[in-house]
Amino acid sequence: MMQEAAMALLPALVIAIASLVLMMQIAFWRNVQVSWVLTCGAILFALMALPDNAQLPLQVTPLLIADQYGVFFSILILFGCLITALIARDYLEHRRGENEEFYLLLLLSGLGGLILVSATHLASFLLGLELLGVALYALIAYPERGHLPLEAATKYLILSGAASAILLFGFALIYAALGSLSFAGIGEKLAVLDLAQDKQLLVLIGTGMVFTGIGFKLSLVPFHMWTPDVYQGAPSPVTGFLATVSKGAIFAALMRLFIDAGLYNYAGLMAGLSAIAIASMLAGNLLALQQDNLKRLLAYSSIAHLGYLIITLVVVASLQQPQLAIEAAGFYLTAYIVTSLAAFSLLTIISSDVPDSVLGDDADLDDVDHLRGLFWQRPLLALLLTVALLSLAGIPLTIGFVGKFYLFAVGIEGSLWWLIGALVVGSGIGIYYYLRVVFIMSSKVDNRNATIAPGKLSLIAKLVICALLFIMVYLGVMPQSVMDYLGSVALEQ
Amino acid sequence: MLLVNLILILLLGGALVWWAERFGDHWPRQLALAIVIGDLLYLLRGLTFIAPEKFALVPEAINPDSWLLAWSAEWIPRFGIEFSFAMDGLSLILVLLTLVLGAIAIVSSWDEDNPRQGFFQANILWTLAGVIGVFLAMDLFLFFLFWEVMLVPMYLLIAIWGHEGKSYASMKFFIFTQFSGLLMLVAIVLLAIVHHGTTGEYSFSYFDLLDTPLEQNTAHWLMLGFFIAFVVKLPGFPVHTWLPDAHTQAPTAGSVILAGILLKTGAYGLLRFTLPLFPGASLDFAPIAMLLGVAGVIYGAILAFAQSDFKRLVAYSSVSHMGFVLLGIYAWNTLALQGAVMQMVAHGFSTAALFMIAGALQQRLHTRDMDQMGGLWRQMPRMGAVALFFALASLGMPGLGNFTAEFLVLVGLFAVDPWMTAAAALGLITAAIYSLIMMQKAFYGAPDEGRNLQDFGKLEMTAMAVMIIALIHLGLFPQPVFDLVQPVLDSMAVEVAPISQLQVAP
Repeated sequence: MMQEAAMALLPALVIAIASLVLMMQIAFWRNVQVSWVLTCGAILFALMALPDNAQLPLQVTPLLIADQYGVFFSILILFGCLITALIARDYLEHRRGENEEFYLLLLLSGLGGLILVSATHLASFLLGLELLGVALYALIAYPERGHLPLEAATKYLILSGAASAILLFGFALIYAALGSLSFAGIGEKLAVLDLAQDKQLLVLIGTGMVFTGIGFKLSLVPFHMWTPDVYQGAPSPVTGFLATVSKGAIFAALMRLFIDAGLYNYAGLMAGLSAIAIASMLAGNLLALQQDNLKRLLAYSSIAHLGYLIITLVVVASLQQPQLAIEAAGFYLTAYIVTSLAAFSLLTIISSDVPDSVLGDDADLDDVDHLRGLFWQRPLLALLLTVALLSLAGIPLTIGFVGKFYLFAVGIEGSLWWLIGALVVGSGIGIYYYLRVVFIMSSKVDNRNATIAPGKLSLIAKLVICALLFIMVYLGVMPQSVMDYLGSVALEQ
Repeated sequence: MLLVNLILILLLGGALVWWAERFGDHWPRQLALAIVIGDLLYLLRGLTFIAPEKFALVPEAINPDSWLLAWSAEWIPRFGIEFSFAMDGLSLILVLLTLVLGAIAIVSSWDEDNPRQGFFQANILWTLAGVIGVFLAMDLFLFFLFWEVMLVPMYLLIAIWGHEGKSYASMKFFIFTQFSGLLMLVAIVLLAIVHHGTTGEYSFSYFDLLDTPLEQNTAHWLMLGFFIAFVVKLPGFPVHTWLPDAHTQAPTAGSVILAGILLKTGAYGLLRFTLPLFPGASLDFAPIAMLLGVAGVIYGAILAFAQSDFKRLVAYSSVSHMGFVLLGIYAWNTLALQGAVMQMVAHGFSTAALFMIAGALQQRLHTRDMDQMGGLWRQMPRMGAVALFFALASLGMPGLGNFTAEFLVLVGLFAVDPWMTAAAALGLITAAIYSLIMMQKAFYGAPDEGRNLQDFGKLEMTAMAVMIIALIHLGLFPQPVFDLVQPVLDSMAVEVAPISQLQVAP
């Protein structure tokens, strides 16, 4: 039993041990190359150590479960960590300072994500959330130069801390009313007990606070204010990590809580969620229209995308059958994570070999205007960003389209006409600002004025670009394999 | 497999052409032309293997064997989505039109100095591939995919190689078509889910969805979703406003493809999907659609008359002419439908030719402003004569394809609604006004002697000759087109139309 449990949690154990080893290595022998190899090796090993379906699902202590749902999102998280680690290498090479700890923090944050997606208990949920978050504060403030990263980290620290406090308060209220902290336990009590009026109120306020806290972390409107500043201030690879791994893991955990605890039975909560979703889709897209900084643009667009994703939560209530919703959420998150990673990888790669004199006080090259003429200077990079933006806009032949198709399918199946309407309008607005970037990239400049000169890409950068391009297009054309896997994923009810 | 190859040749050809860029600028265009003509020959050769009696067969939805060609393979079984292609007389005509005009589009930009020649030609080939996919796809998901994908290379054509206002024009073009496309996607998914509800199986196949029982209310909404997407593309009044901008700003080849082919996908969609999928709802909606058609005919003509920009004038005349297509489709009897199909083909040729002339003028004079032209006939007699021919075709000169088309639409429409016919007939008069004004301003009058202009060369004249012959043929011997399309129209529940007993005289 002990051995089975260890095997089921092996990926998380591998990452945990690797971070310890990394810490020792940094203490005795500072060497970025070694740290980098250790990190990538650990992530690859963790990916290979994922439990296969035969042993699943397996509850390991009341806190964690190893099931296909968790495995699927673990793959996404490890993939995100791997890409971040790979592109960070060139990026850090040109930055001063001690860079070994970057990888250590990355691993710790990833470990938090792995715990989150297998959490079945509010305690492990919080543990994962904080592990993920605390490592991120440091990652955001990592660059020595400029005040933006520091500002971003402070902002994120304070707001995220406040959000965690609200979340905890919510947990406490739920516990006070129901006397249980495990997802399934909450679900049982909610389903069976004919709760007294005051307890019902406690639960409602408690879940409301939980969603508020998570709303902050997922940057949903109206809890989204921190997003653009943090996105802009954080170094590009970290922004990518924050946008994908962090949000993906939190959403996966939220969905598990939502379904296992049967929260979808609360009509009031669903109405609130729908309102938040619609507000996020519209506000995110409208605010993105005004941005001239690519990171800020992607920040607002991520607000909109998380809004789209909430459809999969709301629909559980009207379908009373979460299978299709889980499938849709899984696919959409895959699309969103791969695509966002592609966009931020591009930002990282173009910032990697730019001399400090061009950057000035900015940490990175991230103005939309910096990309002018990229198509003529660096076609491969431009292609990567073009495909990523088209995928975010949901144009066919990209993975983003299949994800959007899933959302349409679940939304229509659940007859959520308001949400569908907002999705259509939001996507329509989205096209404008995504295409504007493509247009700017394709406009012609003479070589002297171009910010980005033609140059050679490192082997790793090329590898990452080709891999991301391949995944975005392959899963856009042939999505059946992921659909099959997701079809077999189900949550215990 | 022929149908898939048809698309694959263009798709892979595009990549090849892009790659050939490194060997010099003339390679891509020669290669692109060879690929399109090769594709055309491949299709013609394939047609010879089809039994002649099959061309007269009415294509039945349930029986893919009754189509000229059909091919399908599993794609995304999770949602019952298939790679499913089929061709009947209607798609055959439009695919032929696409390939011929595609070759002409490549010729039209032969002498233009477009940077990145390889990528330019690749985008043309990819647009053609997307359009052919639209004409052949028989799975609604696949259809939508092509519908959207053909926009991307077209967008790039306008955004990269367009004229001064390309940013605004390309964006407007993309947002209009994409947004209306999203409405269609919602309608498609809803239709599939209703089908899933009644049969328990997901399917996006055209043949499966045809007989989906729908509540009247649902049918109306669904029909509207499709209708809006197609009418934006057509373009119908009042959602035509993207067209003048896009056509004017696009490079010559882009305008030729846009006007000649892309607009026809909207009309094709109405014929292939909106009417057969929602016959009842479409019939209820027909008066409004026809009203929009008449409005388009007259409004387009008036605005065309007011333009001083050569390309904008031709663009607005497209709005007017495509209004006839909308009228013909919703008048919904054999005569009018035949007229609509004929108009799609004839307008494709006449407008493509006019845009080609406009492009040639812009390249030589560096302006599209007709006030700065004048007297061009004396300096470029060949171009002048050709332009006169197509201006006459466009105004509906009897004996040319456009006349046959518009006449049939009006005759068919008269049986349905005489007043609308009277209003639409005004379009013929106004067409004469703006076409002749265009000729007068640009080609007649005293020439500016300082100009040293090069007349149309052999290659351009060949392209023009092809279109001239096609239009004369369509005007004098239209029967082959009618014969090809008749079985398709027979299959489309035309019997509900008021005057189905009327037949085209042989």
